Amino acid sequence: MASPSENTQSGLMAKAVKEGIFAGAIAFGMFLLYVGIETYQDIDNRLVWRTRWGLLAIFVLVAAVGRFLTVGFIKPHIDRRKLAKAKSGVLEISEDKGFFHKHFLKIALIALLLYPIGSVMLFGPQGSLKYVDNFGIQILIYVMLAWGLNIVVGLAGLLDLGYVAFYAVGAYSYALLSANFGLSFWILLPLAGILAAMWGIILGFPVLRLRGDYLAIVTLAFGEIIRLVLINWTDVTQGTFGISGIAKASVFGIWSFDVGSPNYFPRAMGLATSSAWYKIFLFYVILALCLVTAYVTIRLRRMPIGRAWEALREDEIACRSLGINTVATKLTAFATGAMFGGFAGSFFATRQGFVSPESFVFLESAVILAIVVLGGMGSLTGIAIAAVVMVGGTELLREMEFLKLIFGPDFTPELYRMLLFGLAMIIVMLFKPRGFVGSREPTAFLRERKAVSGSFTKEGHG
Amino acid sequence: MTSGTNAMTSNMSGDTILKVEHLSMKFGGLMAINDFSFEARRGEITALIGPNGAGKTTVFNCITGFYKPTMGMITMTQRDGKDHLLERLKDFEITKHAKVARTFQNIRLFSGLTVLENLLVAQHNVLMKASGYTILGLLGLPAYKNAAKAAIERAQYWLEKADLVDRADDPAGDLSYGAQRRLEIARAMCTGPELLCLDEPAAGLNPKESLTLNALLRGIRDEGTSLLLIEHDMSVVMEISDHVVVLEYGQKISDGTPDHVKNDPKVIAAYLGVEDDEVEEVISEVESEGGAH
Repeated sequence: MASPSENTQSGLMAKAVKEGIFAGAIAFGMFLLYVGIETYQDIDNRLVWRTRWGLLAIFVLVAAVGRFLTVGFIKPHIDRRKLAKAKSGVLEISEDKGFFHKHFLKIALIALLLYPIGSVMLFGPQGSLKYVDNFGIQILIYVMLAWGLNIVVGLAGLLDLGYVAFYAVGAYSYALLSANFGLSFWILLPLAGILAAMWGIILGFPVLRLRGDYLAIVTLAFGEIIRLVLINWTDVTQGTFGISGIAKASVFGIWSFDVGSPNYFPRAMGLATSSAWYKIFLFYVILALCLVTAYVTIRLRRMPIGRAWEALREDEIACRSLGINTVATKLTAFATGAMFGGFAGSFFATRQGFVSPESFVFLESAVILAIVVLGGMGSLTGIAIAAVVMVGGTELLREMEFLKLIFGPDFTPELYRMLLFGLAMIIVMLFKPRGFVGSREPTAFLRERKAVSGSFTKEGHG
Repeated sequence: MTSGTNAMTSNMSGDTILKVEHLSMKFGGLMAINDFSFEARRGEITALIGPNGAGKTTVFNCITGFYKPTMGMITMTQRDGKDHLLERLKDFEITKHAKVARTFQNIRLFSGLTVLENLLVAQHNVLMKASGYTILGLLGLPAYKNAAKAAIERAQYWLEKADLVDRADDPAGDLSYGAQRRLEIARAMCTGPELLCLDEPAAGLNPKESLTLNALLRGIRDEGTSLLLIEHDMSVVMEISDHVVVLEYGQKISDGTPDHVKNDPKVIAAYLGVEDDEVEEVISEVESEGGAH
């Protein structure tokens, strides 16, 4: 007779084979029509179809073998490791944090400060453009937007699907006021923030009574209204043509980045004429803006208003029973979040030199919200990581030339960006349903600061 | 909290703190409360009892502003003699200005915040003022830092009273049911109320927890806060309350000391039920008694 362990081993294999065949059958059923058959037009413009049995076989095989390996080898391995850990009595949470983990924020900040310098040294001024502009600035804009939205969604628990409206208000405030009145970036930056905050309050008033799904729908509508106004109010906004030739930001009014100007910054510094210096300057501006956002958010969380926001997310009725004016609390959350959106918007306008309603579509709101949710609602670090993964990841896909070797020379990775992006999101949400950082840092403590597990915090009801 | 205020309140105890007059509340065609009047006195524990569906929680919601009564007047008299008409105030203003705090029948804690943070949220209005409505606090002025320190001390005081000091840094959702009840009371006390309204504080507690709760409530009364509580648990009501009001079908059927209420035939009838013909008998008996007074 076989020993028990051999017995379970053979039982496991039989189970793995069975599940593998089953998964293959499901994949066959699902992909038979989508993958197995292809339609195309022949020379006479007739629609004809042909079969792709080889490709279908690959799909089915991947599914079947993948399932077989998961059930037969990967899952038992993970279970064994978990069991060993439980037996040894070492809890995962009590493990000592490594040096990198402990000093993560400092390391990240130094890396960010050195990032443009490093890329200039490695790739030269012109070669660094891609890394500083496409990756650095692009990601930091989304970090800032997501941190702004985090105040509304992550802290106050008000689901806002129209956040891009405030981004648009900030961008157009800068574009219009600088074009019509010639005001400088450093005056318009705070002004754009104030104007966006005002719009945040204007939006806040009608939606105060709404909660949950209803709030989400109204904010979504608000985002669309702003975009449609921008498209149709052609006298002011020039409609879909957008506003071009927006003034560049100056170095605090001392040096400028216009090549013709006598105070041209690279010349004053003795550098070669290149647009890269402007981008590097912008990189530091957005980095500073992000740090301001993070600082204000961290400070606000420890203030009564920040605690009231989080309490509002947990239970609105209890808030009112404690004498908290929930109307004012919600409005300040909307206004503060919108203000950071406005800052980011005016920065976006000066960086692009061009704004049009096309930049402020619903997809942008969805991406920003996805970053907040993926990062872990309320956690600044988690959101920053999520922004790097999502924005940086999609940018990186543009560079994936080697994918052509796998999928054939006519494969264009850019077209699959959104597909892969969606897949990545589903995978992250399956394994980390509370986002990258699911726990919450308490704002005050008596003896020791213990992180609050994500299973206790609520997402808010609107 | 000091002996000084204690002496002052003991001087003033006995006068009316809450006066409910001709309170009526209609939900569509249903008369939940019908012409209900009672008074709660300062420095006392007043209990509002009655069978299920009698309208006790509705009375509470009217007093604390969560419902607007259809008719009636609710007057809250503060220690300094100032009157507030509660039916005209919004729910949060009742806590903020009239100094009436409440708890809920189904506990409403901020489960994702720590126990200490729960108590700090309750001191929102004091801290908000100290932080110059956030603006001065953002600049890190010492005035706010001192206020924040005082707030933590106050929270610590109530944590000790509610026996929750060891759990101060744990999430509120992690506490046991009895501890959550105590935390909710401590949180309400952190708003600095003169009248504390408790909606079934002993519901779901075991006898031991019930005893600790009684001690906590008595402690609160002795420090000068008056209490109004809804309760089903007769052992709690008879043990700690100074004054009992009985409600049935939205109307007051009895009002007096625990002993008086315990022996009131109307109350016994309401709780135990009597034959229909007996009800009239009982009522006429009571009315003749009332006339004799």
